[in-house]
Amino acid sequence: MSQEKRKIIPKKQPMPYQDPGVRCSNFEEVALGYSEETAVLEANRCIQCKNSPCIDGCPVGIDIPAFIKMIAERDFAGAISKIKEKNYLPAICGRVCPQESQCENKCTIGKKNEPVAIGRLERFIADWEMAQGLESTPDITPNGKKVAIVGSGPSGLTTAACLGLKGYQVTVFEALHVAGGVLIYGIPEFRLPKKIVAREIENISKLGVDIRVNAVVGKLNSIDELLEQGYDAVYIGTGAGLPYFMNIPGENLNGVYSANEFLTRNNLMKAYKFPDYLTPIRVGDRVAVIGGGNVAMDSARTALRLGAESNIIYRRTIKEMPARYEEIEHAMEEGVQFEYLASPIEIKGNTEGRVTSIICQKYELGDPDESGRRSPIPIPGEVFEIPVDTVIMAIGQGPNPLVPQTTPDLKINKWGNIMADAETGATSMKGVYAGGDVVTGAATVILAMGAGKSAAQAIDEYLQGAK
Amino acid sequence: MFKIVLKEELAPKIKLFKVLAPEIARKARPGQFIILRIDEEGERIPLTIADFDVDAGTITIIFQEVGKTTDLLGFMEQGDSLLDFVGPLGMESEIENYGTVVCIGGGVGVAPVFPIARALKEAGNTVISIIGARNAELLIWKQEMNQISSKLHVATDDGSAGLKGFVSDVLAEILDSTQVDRIIAIGPVPMMEAVCKVAPGSITTMVSLNPIMVDGTGMCGACRVEVNRQTKFACVDGPEFDGHLVNWELVKMRAKMFIKEEKEALSHRCGEGECQCHRKNEK
Repeated sequence: MSQEKRKIIPKKQPMPYQDPGVRCSNFEEVALGYSEETAVLEANRCIQCKNSPCIDGCPVGIDIPAFIKMIAERDFAGAISKIKEKNYLPAICGRVCPQESQCENKCTIGKKNEPVAIGRLERFIADWEMAQGLESTPDITPNGKKVAIVGSGPSGLTTAACLGLKGYQVTVFEALHVAGGVLIYGIPEFRLPKKIVAREIENISKLGVDIRVNAVVGKLNSIDELLEQGYDAVYIGTGAGLPYFMNIPGENLNGVYSANEFLTRNNLMKAYKFPDYLTPIRVGDRVAVIGGGNVAMDSARTALRLGAESNIIYRRTIKEMPARYEEIEHAMEEGVQFEYLASPIEIKGNTEGRVTSIICQKYELGDPDESGRRSPIPIPGEVFEIPVDTVIMAIGQGPNPLVPQTTPDLKINKWGNIMADAETGATSMKGVYAGGDVVTGAATVILAMGAGKSAAQAIDEYLQGAK
Repeated sequence: MFKIVLKEELAPKIKLFKVLAPEIARKARPGQFIILRIDEEGERIPLTIADFDVDAGTITIIFQEVGKTTDLLGFMEQGDSLLDFVGPLGMESEIENYGTVVCIGGGVGVAPVFPIARALKEAGNTVISIIGARNAELLIWKQEMNQISSKLHVATDDGSAGLKGFVSDVLAEILDSTQVDRIIAIGPVPMMEAVCKVAPGSITTMVSLNPIMVDGTGMCGACRVEVNRQTKFACVDGPEFDGHLVNWELVKMRAKMFIKEEKEALSHRCGEGECQCHRKNEK
């Protein structure tokens, strides 16, 4: 690039996508990724500003300008090494992080133009490395200390990678038969291909991290027993795995799923390949998904791909929806219908106990509540009925109680979340740390990773001090 | 991988496996269950633990071939391995010295009743057992149950073994003549429901529910049941509940959730000669 003052390209290089008319009936990835040329063009939009506000916007503190500069200079190997100094799951983060509210939200270019497409560049460089088969494993000197990690979701995996790199002997315990937590059972293939997740987890295994599947901590071993067995510290990252229901009549009819069940059947158990895979799923002709978060979008888009007409029912409006805008937009493009300012009050079924319709209350927006969002107020008498075959409850998840139930010394709050120091993840038990959704309630992949990273540092300090 | 170290055919279509899973064996308690998956394409199915042996490191499961996955399971041989085997899941049975306990097992349900009855006996209870099946051929674990019971009653639908009739008929007779402090009943849903109708509400009557599950750790809610008008997850709140409080209509209804798909799975790949169905015909 010449020294003369560059004219900034005002918009991000567009991401190539599968055509909505095609992708609405397949489970292939929606976003196709940048080519090398596009990535270099986009990287050149970064002006390498002095104060690098983007880094502050990154929960794991990636040196964003440095890796982007390397992409601009076509030093792709250097760029991926730079990212991996801070983040061992770049192909995942490049796909599912809400960059628009984090790094890209702080981007200097973004003040007057579209920000640099940091997420797309992260994805590009991670995919490039995988395609080259270049993933190298650094030399690690074992330090003789053992750490147990409960849960192999984004938080646990990040902690595992950080501690593995420092030479700890790390064992990750996963309750399901595949590692990855929400990355495997929750986020659909079309948004995050499972082979990408498997590849990044394999890279973590190469650091010497032992991942044990089918191991339900709380049932097989308790936290206390792990400590007795010689683990010097434990990190709990068990996530938000307990589905909430609305407690309305008809909620136990056949055809009402929690989003967790619906997504787990599809993503973990591959029910969309039934009967080649033996786990069944049934959607019928018309599906109502209740909720307005990313999980609701994932469920609605999955139902669509299974051949149903898919409707989101949300009690506020599009402005208050907690889902990423990109996900809402993709859902709309694919043909998901949106019913705003409505919430179910009853689900009706036939004599066989199958769902036939959903009855909704109409709402209007009132004053902002504690969350700052305008709260929905029911409009008396305005009730309507939609015929549906399936209802998917995507109204949130709580912390899974298995670990707290069997760990009496572990303090939890009234919602069942583990109480942990916001900086270090330290819990009420010595040597036991926690982070991610089990502490904060359902949030994002990257926040869980940030918590895992901080906890890894705290665990390292604790164990080095305890020498 | 989890090796099948012993396979026995207890009755037509009813098979016993001892599976090598030392860590689970060390932790298993009466009333708990495991979830298994045969292979990569397989579904996760829950099976209640029939016995556990800490020294041998094995978990005993007994299953009846009633659908695609249990059929496939039945084809597995001693020495084969299951891809996934996870547990022990669910709450353990409440074991105390209640006094006199009637333990009832129907069909393949005799298997999970056995370790509970044994633990109740060890806790000092007088254990009266009733086991039943459609006919003598389908009756399992009579000897095992006899060893741990003060008295064992047998009932078959056709009278080919023991009394002709249902286990609930036997229970009614026992209740007429004996002071009973607690009842445990495990078996087909109609049997458990019938037992709860015969047993007075004053006697706690524990049943073990086996609804459709996916993860078995409280994550999906597929196994929703209503107990005392409240929704519970059988996998983490159960599988045992007081049968007097269970909404049986809901249990029966939810069991039919995937009835169409279950049939489709059974016929899938059939007719090509290489399928499991044909292997079965050759046997």
